[in-house]
Amino acid sequence: MSYSEDWIERYSRHIILAEVGGEGQQKIGKAKVIILGAGGLGSPAALYLAAAGVGEIGIVDNDEVDLSNLQRQVLHHTTDIGRPKIDSASEKLSAINPDIKIKTYKTFVNSTNIMDIISDYDIIVDGTDNFPTRFLVNDAAVMSKKPLVHGAILRFDGQAFTVLPHVGPCYRCIFREPPPPGSVPNCSQAGILGAVAGIIGTIQATEVLKLIIDKGKVLSGRLLILDALDMTFRETRIRKDPDCPICGKNPTITELTDYEWVC
Amino acid sequence: MSENEIDDNLDLRGVLCPINFVKTKLKLEEMQAGSTLEILLDKGDPIANVPRSVKEEGHKIIKVKKEDGDFFRVMIRKS
Repeated sequence: MSYSEDWIERYSRHIILAEVGGEGQQKIGKAKVIILGAGGLGSPAALYLAAAGVGEIGIVDNDEVDLSNLQRQVLHHTTDIGRPKIDSASEKLSAINPDIKIKTYKTFVNSTNIMDIISDYDIIVDGTDNFPTRFLVNDAAVMSKKPLVHGAILRFDGQAFTVLPHVGPCYRCIFREPPPPGSVPNCSQAGILGAVAGIIGTIQATEVLKLIIDKGKVLSGRLLILDALDMTFRETRIRKDPDCPICGKNPTITELTDYEWVC
Repeated sequence: MSENEIDDNLDLRGVLCPINFVKTKLKLEEMQAGSTLEILLDKGDPIANVPRSVKEEGHKIIKVKKEDGDFFRVMIRKS
């Protein structure tokens, strides 16, 4: 195997790592990762995965860049206001790393399109901002048996969790179903410290890279919870629920559904 | 195998840290366990750092020889 001088230099700090090496970096280059949402979590996740040399990155988002996004969605610049987030994202990621392939989807995932969108990828990153979609993404990941790296943020709080379908617990093993519409505030109502999005999105990127190189321990069976105000991380052990409606012994959910979403 | 028998070599003179180590590591990755790699390293940072990093990866430094012209000939056995 011969490597180009540019490849060696660009990824030298990865290659030096005993856990990565040339072999691990090649795995990263062959990996395909789909990122759902180019917002607060998707931005740092996508930036680090692109910089790391993930061979193919898919970005799904239906929104346009808004002035109020810029405080935390670091993929987008002031000059991008009004542009589709996928275009802004694709441009930044290619600028960071021209070697990688970026594919964009100007849509929101729903029960009819999600299986098709994720079918081309190895790993799913959930950077969506609402409960109905989060459950949909979990169910689609379990059904397609693809690892899912979940992240969520609100105010000064964040959480991250990795679903290895049928190996470890899924999101529904922890939270059975979405909270009733309107019962939980979202980011636009409750606020979010921008940097918290950076912490959690970067944890998601780290989980993805560990899954690709198959090293270390991912957050499977462990829900990592961040309180950035006190700056503490804690971990809750999660067991696979044999009665889980999607990954349990007798699943009752056999097809994807769209939950009502009132914001 | 005689002490001087080498399976592959890399001239890393003029290559700065840490790229000299990165190139050594990539070369070792594609070699068979037990085979020998000879590298040429500049004095200063390269000779001070590369052999140590190679050892940290579990390989053996069999021989280090100072050559005229301020460089070193380092023989590595892949683990």
